[in-house]
Amino acid sequence: MVALAISREQIMAWLGDVADPEIPVLAITDLGIVRDVTIQDDVVVELTPTYSGCPATEVIEQSVLDALHGHGVENVTIKRVLSPPWTTDWISEEGRGKLREYGIAPPASGGSKRELLHGNRDVACPRCASLNTAVVSEFGSTACKASYKCNDCLEPFEYFKCI
Amino acid sequence: MNSNDSLMAYVLRLADNALILGQRMVELVAAYPELEEELANANFALDYLGQARMYYTYAGDLEGMGRSEDDFAFLRDENEYRNFLLLEQPNGHFGDSITKLVLFESFYLLQLEALVHCSDTRVAEIAARAEKEIRYHLRHNTQWLIRLGDGTGESHDRAQASVDALWRFTGELFAPDEVDNVFEAEFEGPDLFRIREQWQENVAAVLLEATLEMPEEQWMASGGKEGQHTEHLGYMIAEMQYLQRAHPEATW
Repeated sequence: MVALAISREQIMAWLGDVADPEIPVLAITDLGIVRDVTIQDDVVVELTPTYSGCPATEVIEQSVLDALHGHGVENVTIKRVLSPPWTTDWISEEGRGKLREYGIAPPASGGSKRELLHGNRDVACPRCASLNTAVVSEFGSTACKASYKCNDCLEPFEYFKCI
Repeated sequence: MNSNDSLMAYVLRLADNALILGQRMVELVAAYPELEEELANANFALDYLGQARMYYTYAGDLEGMGRSEDDFAFLRDENEYRNFLLLEQPNGHFGDSITKLVLFESFYLLQLEALVHCSDTRVAEIAARAEKEIRYHLRHNTQWLIRLGDGTGESHDRAQASVDALWRFTGELFAPDEVDNVFEAEFEGPDLFRIREQWQENVAAVLLEATLEMPEEQWMASGGKEGQHTEHLGYMIAEMQYLQRAHPEATW
C-alpha cells in the first residue's frame, strides 16, 4: 500500500525534475519517454526507450527510482513499454524550446519531418536562426543527434535527428 | 513443430542476427577510416545490440527457464547460434562491410515491415521500434554503396568484388524452413517469397545506380539458420565470450 495519498499529477511533477542523462537540459517528461503513471498498490511508471540500444535507459530508470524514493515513495515499479514506438514527435513544445536554448536544433515534426527524411532539409541554426545550414555528419555524440554547421554565424551545432 | 516452438525459434534467429552483426560492427569501433563513418558505425552497432537485447529477453520469457539476455549471448556455443552466414563473414575492407550491410538491411527492413503486422504483440512492438532505426541505416549505407560503385575505377572494382563475394550468402535469407513456415502460418509472419521479389527489385535498383552488375544465379550457401556455420563464427564468439569463459559468472 502507498502510505501517503499521492496524486498522479504530483508524481508527474516530480518526474519533471528528472533530467535526461545525455541532454541534461531536458527532463524525461519533455522528451516524451514517460508514457504513463498509474497508482494502485504501488506506483507504476511506464517508460519507453528512444533508441533500442540507448545506453541511458538503465540510468534513467535508476534516476526515476531515486527521485521517487527521495520523495518518500517506496513502492515504485518501472515498466518498459515499446508501443507506440518513440519518435521525435513525442518531444514537447517546452522541450523543443529548451533544446534550442541549449544549442541543439530541435527535430522537425509532422509534415516537415517527412520532407527532411526525403532530403529536403530546413534546419535552423539554434544560435542565429539562419536557415543557411549544412549537414556535417548524419551522426553525432549520441545516437539521437546529427552534426550541423551554420554557414552564416559559422558555429557548429547539433541537431536532434528525427525518426 | 508447434506454434510456441516456432515463435521461440524465430525470435532467437532475430536476436542472433542482431547480435552477430552488431558484434562484427563493434570490431570496427575506433578503426574506421574517417570520423563520420566511425560515428555512424558505432551508432548503428548500438542499435543492433539494443535490438538483440530486446529479442533475447523475449526469447527468455518464452522459454520460461529463466535464461537472461546475457545467458543467450555468452553461454551458448557456435552451433547453437541461428544467425545468417552472411552476418558472421569477416568485415574485410570498408566496401565489404558496406555491401554486407546493404544486402542484409534491404532484407531486414522488409522483414521488419512485415513483422510490424504479425499477430504476436511483442514481436510487432520490437519490430516497430527497430524498423525506424534500420530505415535510417539503410539510407546511409545505400548512399555509400552507390558512391563506391559509381566512384573511381578502383572503388568500382572493389565494390563489385564485394558484391560478387557476398552474393552466395544471400540465398539463405529467403529460403523458408519449418520455423519460417509455421511462424508465417500461425502468427501472420513474413511471406519470404514476396520479400525476395521486393528485395531483388530494390537491390537491383541500387546496383544499377551504383553501376554494379548483379551476380548471376548461382549456388547459395546455407546452414546458419540450423546452426551450421562458416569457420568465422567460432573465432568471433571466442573473443566475444572470452570474459565469461575465463571468469564464469563474473559480474560488475
